[in-house]
Amino acid sequence: MASGEVNVVWLQAGACTGCSVSLLNSAHPSVKDLLIEQLLPGAHISLKYHTTLMAGQGVAAFRVLDEVPAGDFVLAMEGAIPENEPFCTVGWADGEEVTAMRKFLELAPRASVVLNIGTCSSFGGLPASAPNPGAYRSAKEVLDKHGIRTPFINVPGCPPHPDWVSSTLVDYMTHGGNASAVPVDALQRPLAVYGKLIHENCQRRSYFDEGKFAEKPGDPECLHKVGCKGPITYADCPIREWNNHLNWCVKAGGPCQGCTQPEFIDLTTPIYVALAEDRMPKIGAETTSGR
Amino acid sequence: MSKITIDPMTRIEGHLRVDIQEQDGVITEARCGGTMARGLELIFRGRDPRDIPILAQRICGVCPQVHATAASLAVDEAFGLKDQIPANGRLLRDIMLASNYLQSHILHFYHLSALDYVDVTAAARYDGDDPDLAAVSDFIGRGVLDPFVPRYEGDYRLSKEQNLAAVKHYVAALQVRRDCHEMLSIFGGKMPHQCAVAAGGVTTQVTLDKITSALTYAREAAEFIERCYLPDVLMLARAYPDCLEIGKGCSRFLSYGVFAAAAGKPLFAAGLTDEAGQWRAFSADKITEDVKNSYYADECDNLHPSAGQTVPAPAKPGAYSWLKAPRYDAEPCEVGPLARMMVTYAAGSPDVKGAVDVLCRKVGIQPAALNSTLGRHAARALEASILARKLQEWILKLQPGEPCVTKVEVPQQGRGAGLIDGPRGALGHWITIDGGKVANYQAVVPTTWNGSPRDSRGVPGPIEQALETQAIHDLDNPFEVVRTIRSFDPCLACAVHVARRKGSEVRIAQVCERPAPQ
Repeated sequence: MASGEVNVVWLQAGACTGCSVSLLNSAHPSVKDLLIEQLLPGAHISLKYHTTLMAGQGVAAFRVLDEVPAGDFVLAMEGAIPENEPFCTVGWADGEEVTAMRKFLELAPRASVVLNIGTCSSFGGLPASAPNPGAYRSAKEVLDKHGIRTPFINVPGCPPHPDWVSSTLVDYMTHGGNASAVPVDALQRPLAVYGKLIHENCQRRSYFDEGKFAEKPGDPECLHKVGCKGPITYADCPIREWNNHLNWCVKAGGPCQGCTQPEFIDLTTPIYVALAEDRMPKIGAETTSGR
Repeated sequence: MSKITIDPMTRIEGHLRVDIQEQDGVITEARCGGTMARGLELIFRGRDPRDIPILAQRICGVCPQVHATAASLAVDEAFGLKDQIPANGRLLRDIMLASNYLQSHILHFYHLSALDYVDVTAAARYDGDDPDLAAVSDFIGRGVLDPFVPRYEGDYRLSKEQNLAAVKHYVAALQVRRDCHEMLSIFGGKMPHQCAVAAGGVTTQVTLDKITSALTYAREAAEFIERCYLPDVLMLARAYPDCLEIGKGCSRFLSYGVFAAAAGKPLFAAGLTDEAGQWRAFSADKITEDVKNSYYADECDNLHPSAGQTVPAPAKPGAYSWLKAPRYDAEPCEVGPLARMMVTYAAGSPDVKGAVDVLCRKVGIQPAALNSTLGRHAARALEASILARKLQEWILKLQPGEPCVTKVEVPQQGRGAGLIDGPRGALGHWITIDGGKVANYQAVVPTTWNGSPRDSRGVPGPIEQALETQAIHDLDNPFEVVRTIRSFDPCLACAVHVARRKGSEVRIAQVCERPAPQ
């Protein structure tokens, strides 16, 4: 069990800030618990750097990044990282702009873990979609290319549910800060969150099994034929639900968009067009003969 | 004479750098530039047009709802569905947009702006009974004050009691803004980036339990706004009266109008006001885009957006911004809550006029003095208060069991525009469909208007105008600069997001590139 202060540096690159806003929607723990009180008994998050929330600005704020103790901070990465240099700069030092790439390459080797918050930093996401004008890359691609061996965990979602972020932090802390001990899937996603398909837990699954399909989004039946990506998407939305556990996409009549997947968005769109049969999983095949 | 560069400019959405020239304690020149681009319009091209209301929200995670709304209006028109959206669907779009207005305004005041006025450290050694303040006191006592330090030091003027009240409301507002997203999520599935606003309406079903729950959230938000948000803005106005005298922008205000579906006519009127405060009708024909100081070739200069060109020239001498300079009738315009209050006041709306007059009497100012750094906060708080009351009426208009969405077919060809006002101001989306796919997509966003650079006549954009001639009392802690910039609630992910590298040539287009003619 880690105790004391867990330092977090939150860097934003090619992002929309939606992942940060989603974390602000955290109910239990609340943002007060995350920022001011404690996440676990005796263990506090110390948010060293987050440009949306921090009081300071300019040089004094940017210098914080040089002063975080090496080997003793979580680098929370929001957004994809562009190889094309003019596309994202994150600050000003020694009379010049500092690119997101340069800052990430400085920080990642010194971090104890890179926590990729959201699909953009995990897999590239929307900015890396075709034609990828800024040559945006996922954190993994950048780490691999530069031979940086810092362990990383992906917490994808567009945005990720706040519980996914807080529970992954707790998982990391309860493993004594050993990121490699957190159980993950082949895409480095925590199994506790991403272990099952949406399709396996969907409230509308019985409609699928009975072959009752919505004709348009908003109809109450299974949304398979209007484009639901639940059968290829790993996340616990149907059982966790969003915004203090009150709703999620399919329950609101919109097909799952597959936002936790590396396929998002090039291979999860068109949103309202059914998945091809050969992309459907075999789960429950024995009960779907009526389909 | 000295030069100050503030980068990163924090507690705004996105990546912004500000360069200030100072001489004898006065700002002689201010230049703002956005520093991140993703290229979303290019990414939208070639895709199924039905996907755009969902994808366009990702322009901005703080104000996604207005992008979803503008995109759905544009796609509805392009599909020929403009008059076929079910009443419940049109109403729901406004209710969901209003929910995000409230969360955005509360977030902006308490979590993005208040730390420029409120001293959190006043809660140190607090020994009272309030659990929130005790928690903050314990936090300070542990000695690790991130993310509340480092900060600018010096000009915190509230009394200890006032600081404590504001810190308590900072904590309370974390929950209220979260509640506003929960209210939206009742209909939208999740926030940010809800899934329900679509071409043809909203995909959710209206039920009595949803109405009851949303109504409770709306009433609680309204109570917080009346009891905490508005009084706290008034408290700042009394403690920082000079902030009602600085930050005057270009004094011309523009609004596209919003909440027409729910209110019967726009709750916040469309139109413009000039320096004399006179209301005038808005005509999209009078918008031009100036690129004298933007990284675009001269042939792009001074064109109507429908005929606009975007030929990037990153090495152009004298240019300093990736934002073009939109101008209305050749003049810059400020957009946002202050603009909406000014335009709606001038249009003679009794609801808004009465509320503005009451607020101004409480502060002891004339309505024209709202055109200032703290005036923008007052206008935003007032707007939140008017909206929170109206929202409860609108929720009660929803019809359980009635349709919210109509079935849509993607046409081979089509054009559409969605012009609406979001939390940060006037927003336009334009779509062109060819072969059933998106052939072109453009968005002109609020921060492009407010954050625009100088034009060919040398007239600075609204934020630049608000900064120039402003005094700086402490060069190491230039509170005045950041207070004024934040009063505009800039959103940079919105303002710059088209870019492409072609060989060695950097091609970056900013979002107000070439909207289609209406």
